[in-house]
Amino acid sequence: MDNNRKYIVQFAIILVGLIYCIKLFQIQYLDDTYGPAAEDNILRKIRDYSYRGVIYDRQGNLLVHNDPVFDLMVIPKEAVVKDTTLFCSLLNISKEDFILRMNSARKYDIYQPSVFLKMLSMKDFARFEDFLVDYPGFYPQVRSLRGYYHHSLANALGYVGEISKRMLDQDTTGTYKQGDYIGISGLELEYEKELKGQNGVKYKMVNVRGVEKGAFKEGKRDTLSVAGANLTSSIDLELQQYGEWLMEGLSGGVVALDPKSGEVLSIISSPSYDPGYLSGRLFSENFAELTIDTLKPLFNRAIMSVYPPGSTFKPLQALIALQEGVLTPDEQVFCSGGLVGDHAPAGYYDVFKAIKMSSNNYFYIVFRRIINQNLSDNTFIDSRLGLEKWDSYLHKFGLGQTVGIDIPNEKGGQIPSPELYNRIYGEDRWKWSTINSISIGQGEISISPLQMANYVSAIANKGYFYTPHVIREIGNTGKPRPEYLEKHLVGIDSVHFRTVIDAMEAVVNAPGGTGFRAAVPGIKVCGKTGTSQNPHGEDHSVFIAFAPKDDPKIAISVYVQNAGQGARAAASIAGLMMEKYLTGEIKKVYIEDYVKKGQFIY
Amino acid sequence: MRAENTIANKIDWLVIVTYFVLVLLGWLNIYAAVYDEELNKSIFDLSLNSGKQLIWIGTSILIIIVIMTVDFRFYDSFAYIVYGIVAFLLIFVLFAGTKVSGATSWFSIAGFRMQPSEFAKFATALALAKYMSKVNYKLTNFNDLIITGCIILFPAVLIIVQGDTGTALVFGAFVIVMYREGLNPAVLVIGIVAIALFILTLIFDQMHLIIAILVVGAIIILLGKKKWKRILTIIAGVIIVIGVVWSVDYFVNEVLKPHQQNRIKALINPEADPLGYGWNVTQSKIAIGSGGLLGKGFLQGTQTKFDFVPEQSTDFIFCTLGEEQGWAGTTIVIMLFVFFMVRIVQIAERQKETFARVYGYSVASILFIHFLVNIGMTIGLFPVIGIPLPLFSYGGSSLWAFTILIFILLKIDAHRMQVLVR
Repeated sequence: MDNNRKYIVQFAIILVGLIYCIKLFQIQYLDDTYGPAAEDNILRKIRDYSYRGVIYDRQGNLLVHNDPVFDLMVIPKEAVVKDTTLFCSLLNISKEDFILRMNSARKYDIYQPSVFLKMLSMKDFARFEDFLVDYPGFYPQVRSLRGYYHHSLANALGYVGEISKRMLDQDTTGTYKQGDYIGISGLELEYEKELKGQNGVKYKMVNVRGVEKGAFKEGKRDTLSVAGANLTSSIDLELQQYGEWLMEGLSGGVVALDPKSGEVLSIISSPSYDPGYLSGRLFSENFAELTIDTLKPLFNRAIMSVYPPGSTFKPLQALIALQEGVLTPDEQVFCSGGLVGDHAPAGYYDVFKAIKMSSNNYFYIVFRRIINQNLSDNTFIDSRLGLEKWDSYLHKFGLGQTVGIDIPNEKGGQIPSPELYNRIYGEDRWKWSTINSISIGQGEISISPLQMANYVSAIANKGYFYTPHVIREIGNTGKPRPEYLEKHLVGIDSVHFRTVIDAMEAVVNAPGGTGFRAAVPGIKVCGKTGTSQNPHGEDHSVFIAFAPKDDPKIAISVYVQNAGQGARAAASIAGLMMEKYLTGEIKKVYIEDYVKKGQFIY
Repeated sequence: MRAENTIANKIDWLVIVTYFVLVLLGWLNIYAAVYDEELNKSIFDLSLNSGKQLIWIGTSILIIIVIMTVDFRFYDSFAYIVYGIVAFLLIFVLFAGTKVSGATSWFSIAGFRMQPSEFAKFATALALAKYMSKVNYKLTNFNDLIITGCIILFPAVLIIVQGDTGTALVFGAFVIVMYREGLNPAVLVIGIVAIALFILTLIFDQMHLIIAILVVGAIIILLGKKKWKRILTIIAGVIIVIGVVWSVDYFVNEVLKPHQQNRIKALINPEADPLGYGWNVTQSKIAIGSGGLLGKGFLQGTQTKFDFVPEQSTDFIFCTLGEEQGWAGTTIVIMLFVFFMVRIVQIAERQKETFARVYGYSVASILFIHFLVNIGMTIGLFPVIGIPLPLFSYGGSSLWAFTILIFILLKIDAHRMQVLVR
């Protein structure tokens, strides 16, 4: 017998043992994918949703709060519905819908819970709750939804919605998961990071059928959710509601600021919608409806619509001319009235009279002095140099660019630059007479109501402003975002404001002043009317104002589309809102009636 | 001296100690496999597999005592009778048996189940040993070879008929015995080539494989001497090989049942369908792989505790070990098995009698096939074939059968000095 064979057999046994040990070393030690794979098998991450911060107004009223809603969950394997008809009627769904929803839950996973019906309100759920015991396999999961105790401020607040696939793909930080809510517009979007807080994760172990088997590693890896920061806004809800009530039926925007801090007291876009409309189960339907509405209620006119400022631009032109030294306050300038059409009669004008009477011819002359300062013999080059100077002033006033309010999608409007005119007329082929319509705020110039309010704030402050912002306090810091504590100088010495402000006071209070409807009994209001020419229809009514004159507490800009002269709709609304804010009551009820009647074209 | 004549003195204690170590480790792992934190039952709880296994261990000790007391010549003398009884049971179970997971290979008696195919292993070993120890037996003798083959194949075929192909495969172990007793190694080589072809057929397209075989054949013809006899032999060989490829293809796709096809497919590529036919292998590898170097600790395995691994206390018991005891645990157990089997080969080799030697080799070979296939399948080196890990896996029939198998050898070995060499 071959004696080697006994050794071969023993060797084979040892060899197999060795091969197995090596293979095991490879999969148990060298390959580190199995450990995570085993954890993946048993770990079920349960998100502990964080509490989204709420938003208060300046008096401590809740602007946005959280309402509990119930997601009805189902585990298809355990679900028993004996009486489908009753079940459907309790939940107010159709039988086809029921079958559809059950099928999609089954398709997802027969052992795993999935959402059967999303976002049942407390009321809807209460009706179903008593019957819950009859339907094993169904259970509620509480989440919270944005709720509102009022019907105002929708465009500024914005809305929250379920995160979209696209947003999820863009989220590189991995903080969001499918089904999470996220701020989509307005303050909800702007302060998403602060409001959101941090979701926590609980790790549960499950067996192969998905049945829970307790906490993973005694919950050592679990993280608790952290509530989001509450925000305090500077909005005065009462003023906001009053302003929205005045603007009912009108199209336009209103921005009221506290000039001393840049805080937004009121920001109105009309027409608007009820913020509660975009919260809850009907979000998609309601959103679609708002999107196709021809009145564009989702368009935030206060920060997104830009238009020529018209005569409200005149105080600014005067300030620039005074600062540039091309004009003195008392200089009598003769206006023949031949340069441009004018409501003001021919004669001698100074700054005060020109603003008060809104003389177009005067500001044509003033603007020519700004543009043509004889810095060059070539009138074209001279005009360009002049416009560059003029431009730099306007930018300092926050015009021609976004001012940086804490609401997304602000529009910057347009201030004509030399580049713009070069594009339109050719390099250095334009001069003052080509562009003179901008001297009275018409032409290639457009400004938003927010920018107007900011500009009038700078006048009220005699030379500076704080960037307008809605949120005055984040969490308990006592402070807004740091950029909102920065003072911006507009580059005009405070001495030059006196005459301009006096004239603006006269606009409202002097006999025959165009802004008389904005007067507030007992308070010195300074304002300026404007009529923004509109080639497509009736002119837009514009008014800017601040009050009281000696200690400004409110600066306001009102813009009403197709309402004709600024002296009518815009001045009335501005006056009423200032009266409301400063005195807390309305004495000029006849003006209120005038606004609510809505007949401004006559 | 009298003491030298006691069985305790002559028996091979190394095997006995290793046997009990393996049984004990198996018992602990069975408990780990079925342990449920929420119920927190003791290892002795009779509603658990571990409690029941303790009964099987207890009764196994009784069996050992019986084997030790029975005269050692009994096994030689009654080999054919034992074989006959088991063969009868194998047939009888086809009519009176209970079907468990697709195989009619169980008798149910008073709540306990018995699997005659487990006992067929030692009965066949006895019969084979008996036949091969006859005078003038030669594997080169055609008649002897045929009868030897029949002794092995008869129970195997019956077991296949029962639907338990896995257990039937174990009878392939006897090829090792025959090899030791002088089987032409060419048979083994052909066998290995056949297996390789089998796997290649599953991996590659039939047409491509046939072309490759033709090319290889042509190269062999061109490289060697151009003699007609040689060329014809090679051509014949190529035709046979192609025939094998074709029949394997036919066998897998037409003869095998879908679940058997899937097991083979899972071997080739378990990742192709991790939730379908590859589930067992994938989860088993995850369990073992996640154990790391030192394991998750006793009763801490999540793969097994939460039922991700199927058949965890029986066929996939090695996963529990791998997950909870890590590479340290699996290596120690593999070393124990290797030592155990090598020791049995050495015991077989020290027998004077052919009967005892053949029987000893049968024991080692059967253990080896189980070891090879069972551990191999848990780490994805073998298809999933439902055979237990000897002494480790839960199951009365299996433990009893291996106990009988091993201790008959030890009994015979203890008396090896008493036999006269024929």
